[in-house]
Amino acid sequence: MRELTYLEAIREALMEEMRRDPKVFVLGEDVGAYGGAFGVTQGLYDEFGEMRVIDTPISESAIVGISIGAALRGYRPVAEMQFADFISCAFDQIVNQAATLRYRYGGRASVPIVIRAPSGGNVGGGLYHSQNPEAWFIHRPGLKVVAPSTAYDAKGLLKAAIRDDNPVIYFEHKYLYRRVKGPVPEGDEVVPLGVAATRRVGRDVTLLTYGAMVLHALEAAEILAKEGVEVEVIDLRTLLPLDKAAIFGSVEKTSRVLIVHEDVKTLGIGAELAALITEERFDALDAPVLRLTTPDTYSPFSHVLESAILPDTTKIADALRRLAAY
Amino acid sequence: MPPIKRTKFKLAPEQLLEMFYWLKLIRAFDERLSILVRQGQVRSGVYTGIGQEAIVVGTCYGLRQQDFICPLHRDLGAFLMKGIEPRVMMAQMFGKRTGLSKGRDSALHSGVNDLGIFGNTSMLGANLPVAAGLALTFKMEQTDNVVVAYFGEGASNVGDFHEGLNFAGVQQLPVIFICENNQYAYSVPIERSMAIDDVAERAHGYGFDGVAINGNDVLAVYQATQGALARARGGGGPTLIECKTYRWHGHSEHDKAFYRSDEELAMWKSRDPIPTFTTYLRTRHLLDDAKQQEIELKVKTTIDEAVEFAMTAPEPVPEDALTDLYA
Repeated sequence: MRELTYLEAIREALMEEMRRDPKVFVLGEDVGAYGGAFGVTQGLYDEFGEMRVIDTPISESAIVGISIGAALRGYRPVAEMQFADFISCAFDQIVNQAATLRYRYGGRASVPIVIRAPSGGNVGGGLYHSQNPEAWFIHRPGLKVVAPSTAYDAKGLLKAAIRDDNPVIYFEHKYLYRRVKGPVPEGDEVVPLGVAATRRVGRDVTLLTYGAMVLHALEAAEILAKEGVEVEVIDLRTLLPLDKAAIFGSVEKTSRVLIVHEDVKTLGIGAELAALITEERFDALDAPVLRLTTPDTYSPFSHVLESAILPDTTKIADALRRLAAY
Repeated sequence: MPPIKRTKFKLAPEQLLEMFYWLKLIRAFDERLSILVRQGQVRSGVYTGIGQEAIVVGTCYGLRQQDFICPLHRDLGAFLMKGIEPRVMMAQMFGKRTGLSKGRDSALHSGVNDLGIFGNTSMLGANLPVAAGLALTFKMEQTDNVVVAYFGEGASNVGDFHEGLNFAGVQQLPVIFICENNQYAYSVPIERSMAIDDVAERAHGYGFDGVAINGNDVLAVYQATQGALARARGGGGPTLIECKTYRWHGHSEHDKAFYRSDEELAMWKSRDPIPTFTTYLRTRHLLDDAKQQEIELKVKTTIDEAVEFAMTAPEPVPEDALTDLYA
């Protein structure tokens, strides 16, 4: 199979979905002739024109509101937040307008929109170009939240998100855009929402993670394997709804769980995962559920500072050793 | 950009009487709701538009089913005029399962796509970007359907107002923005929430026309709307129509509205849109006692039947709290 970067895979998904369905269109800041701040939408404007690849003013709330309006008329807009950090400007439209619409409409309508949000740190972005705001949206019933870690999933999950009838927040990790390259099918392969992927099979410890942390998790698992500890790495892929079957299945096997995420600790998705596991699989556990996350602070610009706070291979390996020895 | 055409849009006598019916029905609906709140029959979520009916009637009259409206929280009448049965609307206000939201919400937070009705949230002005999105699809399809979006003068201070109107102006979208300037944002008078006299002025900042009109004159509202509709249907882009009006009741039925004077209220009640229009019809011999009684009876029967339907309608079942979250 030919290989694409994570970024190219996202672009290919957009291209293919726009060719497949005339109701799919793209809107956001600089997404038109310029091709997007990261180049994700390059080529779309030339192929589909200004009515399907719409440059918007700097108006994040309107970008989502417009998407909702179009969705109510049967369109499937894909809105780009230039950085996931800016999604807070659109918060009301997402959580109050889009997330609740089907519920308050008595089930007579739905909002099939995708909001692409380039997220994550380790790129020297500082406070407002590094955020991981996924937990805000996991807290809102009516939304779906995905976070691919591979080029294959970047394409397949975006296709699934576009075809889904619900509002989907699609967190694409900036650190992975050009660093990750992998096999991506040319055909119409969709990766279903709500299904986790086991990236490495192991019997001793379960490691739950997603996004860019999957790379570090796999490196750490490799190190632990040499020390005789077999780590099972589960890439959650979809954060809402969670794949409980995959999570519980692994916990029952290993009895030890480490959760790694780049978002801050307090009320990050790790808190939900830990609660879920202790609530529903307490008997299976041989150790407390551990979390390794960014501490409760902001993402600093300095490399020294950013490295100090982000989970990485070494920190994950240390946490795995502590957990295995418990 | 051409100004709004001042040519009169002719209405036949029976159309004028239809408008009269709608004014009476919407007034009666809100008045009954107000009583039902005081009786404890309806829990809350009632924000009447009593005194502002001419705006809804003048803007909605003659809209196509395919045209979309994005009403604000006082525009219950717009739902009725766009095709929702009074009994369903009443069941919605009672929180019944046969209401629009199956009891999950009262108020006007629910819509019906097939009838061209968008239901906004309680976040005022949040309907304006959505209106732009609906209008964008009409532009994409090169149809001449139009979106009519409503907001109060208070909501013209929220960010979504700017973002929505700016985008509509940039894209020359077929949308009409109707400002119901009822002088108060809950308790805050207009002079404490904006440093200009007319919300209509704000339209110029977005590159389209804004006009301020007497919102208590149903025919003035109708004429202005028809002009803006013709422009929008012809590809001429948005128009903002500011309708000066006044709400007689408090912000909600629980608000005693102590922040305004009796004299002010009395002055505005003397500009009641319904007697004004009644006089217009009577002096032209389009309405006599018999016809007026017939219409008033029809209104009363409709409201009575709606209340009866809503009171006896089934309550939601507990499971309804957990369904329809996902498609």
